[in-house]
Amino acid sequence: METVYLIIALAPLVGAIIAGLFGKKIGKTGAHTVTILGVGLSFGLSVWVFVRLVFQGMPTYDGNVYTWMMAGGYSFHIGFLIDHLSALMMLIVTFVSLMVHIYTIGYMAHDEELWPSDSQVRSTAYQRFFSYIALFTFSMLMLVMSNNLLQLFFGWEAVGLVSYLLIGFYMNKESAIYANLKAFIVNRVGDFGFLLGIAALFAYTGSLNYEEIFSQTGKLATATVMLIPGQEWSLPSVVAILLFIGAMGKSAQVPLHVWLPDSMEGPTPISALIHAATMVTAGIFMVTRMSPIYELSTTALSLMLIIGSIGAFFMGLIGVVQNDIKRVIAFSTLSQLGYMTAALGASAYAAGMFHLMTHAFFKALLFLAAGSVIMAMHHEQDIRKMGGLRKYMPITYVTALIGSLALIGFPGTSGFFSKDSIIEAVELSHIPGAHFAAALLILGVFVTALYTFRLFFLVFHGRERMDAHTRAHLHEPPWVVTLPLTLLALATIGAGGVMYPLLFGDFFRSIYVAPDHNVLAELHHHFHGALAFLIDGFLAPPFWLSMAGVLVAWDVTLYRSKLGIHVHSRLGWVRTILQNGYGFDAFNDYVFARGARGLGRLLWKAGDALLIDGLIVNGTARVIGWTADRLRWIQTGYVYHYSFAMIIGLLVLLSWYVLR
Amino acid sequence: MSYLQFVFYFFSALTILSALGMITVKNPVHAVLFLVFAFFNSAALWITLRAEFLGIVLVLVYVGAVMVLFLFVVMMLDINIAKLREGFVRFLPLGVIVALAMVVELGLILGAKYFQLAGHPQNQSMLPNTEALGNVLYTQYVYPFEIAAVVLLVAIIAAIALTLRRRPDSKYTKPEQQIAIERNQRVRIVKMSAEGKSK
Amino acid sequence: MIPLSHYLIVAAILFSIAVAGIFINRKNLIVLLMCIELMLLAVNLNFIAFSWYLHDLAGQVFVFFILTVAAAEAAIGLAILVVLFRNRRSINVIDLDDMKG
Repeated sequence: METVYLIIALAPLVGAIIAGLFGKKIGKTGAHTVTILGVGLSFGLSVWVFVRLVFQGMPTYDGNVYTWMMAGGYSFHIGFLIDHLSALMMLIVTFVSLMVHIYTIGYMAHDEELWPSDSQVRSTAYQRFFSYIALFTFSMLMLVMSNNLLQLFFGWEAVGLVSYLLIGFYMNKESAIYANLKAFIVNRVGDFGFLLGIAALFAYTGSLNYEEIFSQTGKLATATVMLIPGQEWSLPSVVAILLFIGAMGKSAQVPLHVWLPDSMEGPTPISALIHAATMVTAGIFMVTRMSPIYELSTTALSLMLIIGSIGAFFMGLIGVVQNDIKRVIAFSTLSQLGYMTAALGASAYAAGMFHLMTHAFFKALLFLAAGSVIMAMHHEQDIRKMGGLRKYMPITYVTALIGSLALIGFPGTSGFFSKDSIIEAVELSHIPGAHFAAALLILGVFVTALYTFRLFFLVFHGRERMDAHTRAHLHEPPWVVTLPLTLLALATIGAGGVMYPLLFGDFFRSIYVAPDHNVLAELHHHFHGALAFLIDGFLAPPFWLSMAGVLVAWDVTLYRSKLGIHVHSRLGWVRTILQNGYGFDAFNDYVFARGARGLGRLLWKAGDALLIDGLIVNGTARVIGWTADRLRWIQTGYVYHYSFAMIIGLLVLLSWYVLR
Repeated sequence: MSYLQFVFYFFSALTILSALGMITVKNPVHAVLFLVFAFFNSAALWITLRAEFLGIVLVLVYVGAVMVLFLFVVMMLDINIAKLREGFVRFLPLGVIVALAMVVELGLILGAKYFQLAGHPQNQSMLPNTEALGNVLYTQYVYPFEIAAVVLLVAIIAAIALTLRRRPDSKYTKPEQQIAIERNQRVRIVKMSAEGKSK
Repeated sequence: MIPLSHYLIVAAILFSIAVAGIFINRKNLIVLLMCIELMLLAVNLNFIAFSWYLHDLAGQVFVFFILTVAAAEAAIGLAILVVLFRNRRSINVIDLDDMKG
């Protein structure tokens, strides 16, 4: 089986290498063929592995395939841990990735038009793009298939790198460069915490292998660490919070979320693949994987619960005032990631993973639908200039509707099952902050519905606000675009069906939940079959809230479109706050960016120019020069002066010997 | 005063006097001759210490070769003696003071009891000095001896290399060019029409 | 018999005379070289005296080597002197201040 796992991980890499290095030779068709073959192979084998593992009872695989290095008695391996959790992730990653690959053929077909005609990379941009997304698939697979933290970190950084490359794909656009740097730097902040967490675990357990770490949880539970003298902190809490800081960076949790909205500078398929469906879920996956550690620390769980719910509500609120189609969905992603994090905080890891899966499908679907709209609109992304697209793009319309309904958790869709179970799990939780979190999450449902359907109505219904030229060219995109949309829509509808085994069965055997945290077991008691859950869904407050949200959205966008202007004039300051994203960006710019620049300038002027260059380097030279200038008169060049010096020295030496 | 003591004091006095003469005389040629005389006398002193071989070597090699070399150089170079003597009187007191101080201090040190090895050495080996020296020089010190030979060789080459120069105005043959000559450098065949035919 | 110190003092006097010679003949390079020869002579005398009184032939062997090195030194020194004179038309130390700092 090792070979199969190796092929799953390496096939996209091979595709990426071929498309990346030989892109000019193989051309556009060659590039997308080879990468799609690679990812398709991975997907096929992933399905096979999933089936073997889940339905045919193949045992979990945990083994090392390659020793990367040995250092000081520790050895670092490349290894795979293939259990239900990673098999599910592999399936999601390869499926969404495959869809995006196919979709990209259509989306990027006329990409050259977006480059300046004198650009050097213009001719190979298409191949480069395919190479990047295949590379991304490889990285993400390495991340989820890993059996140790080091390889996880490798994948973690690799997806960060690919994300950087792809956000800055249009490298001649200043905003893209700004955005990719921002993403990289913000992720670095998170990675710093993550790395510290890994190091702390390594220091205390002497291993990076999951199995070996988890076998020592008993010992870890009581361990304490003294970071500040006199303050004993529980080690699991410190480790869990440090690891969570990493997850905050990658999964875009408040306050490290600022990079994600800006990452929309990249081409749309990437937003679907990386910034919605897979990469940003790495943090969720990692926390789930490390559940035995997190279960030891109520503090960390509580922190996740609060941060997740804050993100879920407040980030959704920003989505309401955005006018860029992709940014709305980006903020929606932030909000949904908040839901997942809150689920993790409530120890409902399975619910978090379930939502991760459904979200991967419907968010990829929404992004791809948005991409389809953008294509049709000739790369116009402002929703105020759209409207009435329903009759021009029926497939996109239907799939987007399915995605939107799933996003707001309309009963029966997959989003309903996953989101409702999260909300109920959080309500049942006894962890400090759970009530606060539950309130925010329920309010979040209203907000979600509001922004989702505001977007939906503005784009597909109402008055056609685009210019005549664009309108004339509106048409449904080619099959390579609609096929992934359709498949993803099917997945979005069908994914809800696996709720029972995922949440209440023993699907996630590798997740450990402490008995007193086990909200899902409690939820299980209240669960009387999917149908009952569905009917309950219609009666529960979240449904009515979301319906209210849809109604309000309909009201302000279609029915009384003037209302928005009234609200604007009355509550302009709220809008300003929201549009500025609560000032996170401004704060970062002023405090961190400017602070870092000021510090850098200070170090340059005072430290480098003055101290090192001035005092140490030039200062040394100057002192030597000065001394030598004073000493040179000794060097007369006359032999007898030197001999006199020697003789007098001899005399002094003799005198000392005599007089001693 | 035994005969040996007489010999010692006699030659010591002569050595010191000739050394003094060497540093004070005006003419460098005389100075070299004084140095030669000092060497002769110290060779005698060495012989009182049963170092006959070295004493003779000093006279033969040192005086015979090195000092003659000095003499040769001094005579060859056209030296303005008066200019070289500048400051002689001015530095005489300083030189005397330094030398006296050194003598006194060395005397104090050498007068200490460590250096009072009373005269009579024990029975030395009956071998003649030359043979004894040869025994150790060619066995125990054979490598330093070879190195000394190399040092001399290097000195020879260095001295020649330093002083060798080609004088552009002197005329001499270059045999290597003479034998490497080719025919057309010597003979030039000129084609010309035979006489009479033109008529 | 003559004690060791007598020889040593003679050698010390010779050495001091050589030092004084360097002081008072400081302009004349040839005399400076000769003073060095005189110093070596004094040192050799010491070696031979110690060799005799300590019954160790190593001292004489060392003198042998010193003579060798001194001969080499004299040869090269004089060669340099000749070259110097050829280039400068002078062996006055006053003229030789190329090494002035």
